[in-house]
Amino acid sequence: MEAFTVHTGRAVPLRRSNVDTDQIIPAHWLKKVTRDGYEDGLFEAWRKDPSFVLNQEEYRGATVLVAGPDFGTGSSREHAAWALQNYGFKAVISSRFADIFRGNSLKNGLLTVVLDQDVVERLQALAEADPAAEVTVDLERRQVRAAVAGAEQLTADFDLDENARWRLLNGLDDISLTLQNESDIAAYEAARPSFKPRTIAA
Amino acid sequence: MGRTLAEKVWDDHVVRRADGEPDLLFIDLHLLHEVTSPQAFDGLRLGDRKVRRLDLTIATEDHNTPTLDIDKPIADPVSRAQLETLRKNCAEFGVRLHPLGDVEQGVVHVVGPQLGLTQPGTTVVCGDSHTSTHGAFGALAFGIGTSQVEHVLATQTLPMARPRTMAVTVEGELPDDVTAKDLILAVIAKIGTGGGQGYIIEYRGSAVEKLSMEARMTICNMSIEAGARAGMIAPDETTFAYLKGRAHAPEGEEWDRAVEYWRTLRTDGDAVFDAEVFIDAADLAPFVTWGTNPGQGAPLSERVPDPASYDDASKRHAAEKALEYMGLTAGQALRDIRVDTVFVGSCTNGRIEDLRSAAAVLEGRKVADGVRMLVVPGSVRVALQAVEEGLDKVFTGSGAEWRHAGCSMCLGMNPDQLAPGERSASTSNRNFEGRQGKGGRTHLVSPQVAAATAVLGHLASPADLSDADRTPAGAR
Ligand code: SF4
Repeated sequence: MEAFTVHTGRAVPLRRSNVDTDQIIPAHWLKKVTRDGYEDGLFEAWRKDPSFVLNQEEYRGATVLVAGPDFGTGSSREHAAWALQNYGFKAVISSRFADIFRGNSLKNGLLTVVLDQDVVERLQALAEADPAAEVTVDLERRQVRAAVAGAEQLTADFDLDENARWRLLNGLDDISLTLQNESDIAAYEAARPSFKPRTIAA
Repeated sequence: MGRTLAEKVWDDHVVRRADGEPDLLFIDLHLLHEVTSPQAFDGLRLGDRKVRRLDLTIATEDHNTPTLDIDKPIADPVSRAQLETLRKNCAEFGVRLHPLGDVEQGVVHVVGPQLGLTQPGTTVVCGDSHTSTHGAFGALAFGIGTSQVEHVLATQTLPMARPRTMAVTVEGELPDDVTAKDLILAVIAKIGTGGGQGYIIEYRGSAVEKLSMEARMTICNMSIEAGARAGMIAPDETTFAYLKGRAHAPEGEEWDRAVEYWRTLRTDGDAVFDAEVFIDAADLAPFVTWGTNPGQGAPLSERVPDPASYDDASKRHAAEKALEYMGLTAGQALRDIRVDTVFVGSCTNGRIEDLRSAAAVLEGRKVADGVRMLVVPGSVRVALQAVEEGLDKVFTGSGAEWRHAGCSMCLGMNPDQLAPGERSASTSNRNFEGRQGKGGRTHLVSPQVAAATAVLGHLASPADLSDADRTPAGAR
């Protein structure tokens, strides 16, 4: 996983709530067997509309998505996180994320930042008023800062549990971390009741 | 202090607990399908790792599989490649697989329970959000992403932060025409699509205790649509009776020991939930969705709501967008909404009881002109049972199509899709924009409402049908 420390980029305001995973990446894209190549599938249906925010010239190359509440509801498809990353997003800001989407994103180094809804709306308003506004997502200080022409407009602190933050800051691989506890796993396995189901004879 | 059901099962699976770290949980059963596993197997190969517990892992094919001409090569080359990738991966790593054409094939969440693999007090995961279905057995079951699929394949564990617990208590008698689907749609409408976020929901109360295992699965299945991490129901005699004698259920002394443990899996009297919701079963009625998320629903007897009636700006905006997408007008009676397609199937409502109840409504009646109805059993076993009971004849006799098992029209990944603008009444679980095909419009309903809707051509419940619609058995 790529480490995430501090990122500064322009923001895209996505004023929609309940953006579900079928909107982020429609099902027919899930037939692929790779982790890349999903950028054209991102918000595919909405991108057909020329007035959709991602189609606006001034938001080209923006890397921070500022979305409405309940972002990422629906399926467990990690493709949703991959699609956002493949497109170029480094962080998504919302007042509420669906649990599975949030977990998937953090596992891939796509930072999901939870801020109060009124702060999210102020960020959206800033990005609408000035698409060149820069948003800094600072995981070291757990802070989001927004600046217009170098002048700071908004600072907001966010929470992220210490363990997830540490893994992101260091780009650590979960499987290797877990395997350091091999003896605990083996001990648990040895003590499991024999009536537990098995799919095949062991 | 006492513990909740979820806390008991959680505690029994902690491999390692350390300050400042998520708990490391042991996973008893890992279900795989073709869509969310290819990148996980790639990861294993890259890391030079193998599957740690092949005896706790099983795979089937469901999302991409066609429901017609299953003996012919799959027409879509991309779908075919994904199924072939699963077959290749399972062969290479030694994973038990039930491919298309196999008698145990079907939607992954129908297959696990019917094999008896889903058991009380187990942890069950799958790279699919509707893994919550298995919670109906008192299992702690949750959907995971592909990175976690790889993690479980490699370690048989998952690091997880412990969710909070919510009780949804439903007391009383469900009215006659009200099903588990109506109940869960009403719960989601009440708490919202984010209402369950961060929680494991336990459904309890006298109305829940009276439900069959299949009805309980329908409820737990849709926990994720309320944003919950998982849904659970305490195991009881109904659960044990369902499991007894199934292929992977314990036998003999093992069965007795298992049941003894399973009986301990009840929320203690003095346990405290982090949140509680109460519902009076008698207040419930057949329920349908009008919008583009499963929380946008109402009793069938009501009207499409006016977005202006919402105080919350984001709800108002969401309702406006939904009505526009769905092609509906505020104030329109839900019963006046005409549909083009009716879909009975999916891991929510594709089990034998669902097919029986749809068939009971259709028996002696005809699907309305201009309406197509697809009936898709959730698994090959369900299909065989339905054929044995003659349900397939009831469906085809009334003009519905009887298909092969799979996810089918639940999501637009296989050939069964809605055309742009086409409207369906569907027993599946998601009414998202484009879920059933680009531009398709979905109303979520119970199997009974689906069948009545097919007969009348507009959203309807069995109570709207008169016996005059029925050809008496002798005259057929
Ligand atoms: S039936 Fe639908 S919800 Fe269930 S696993 Fe298949 S696609 Fe997912």
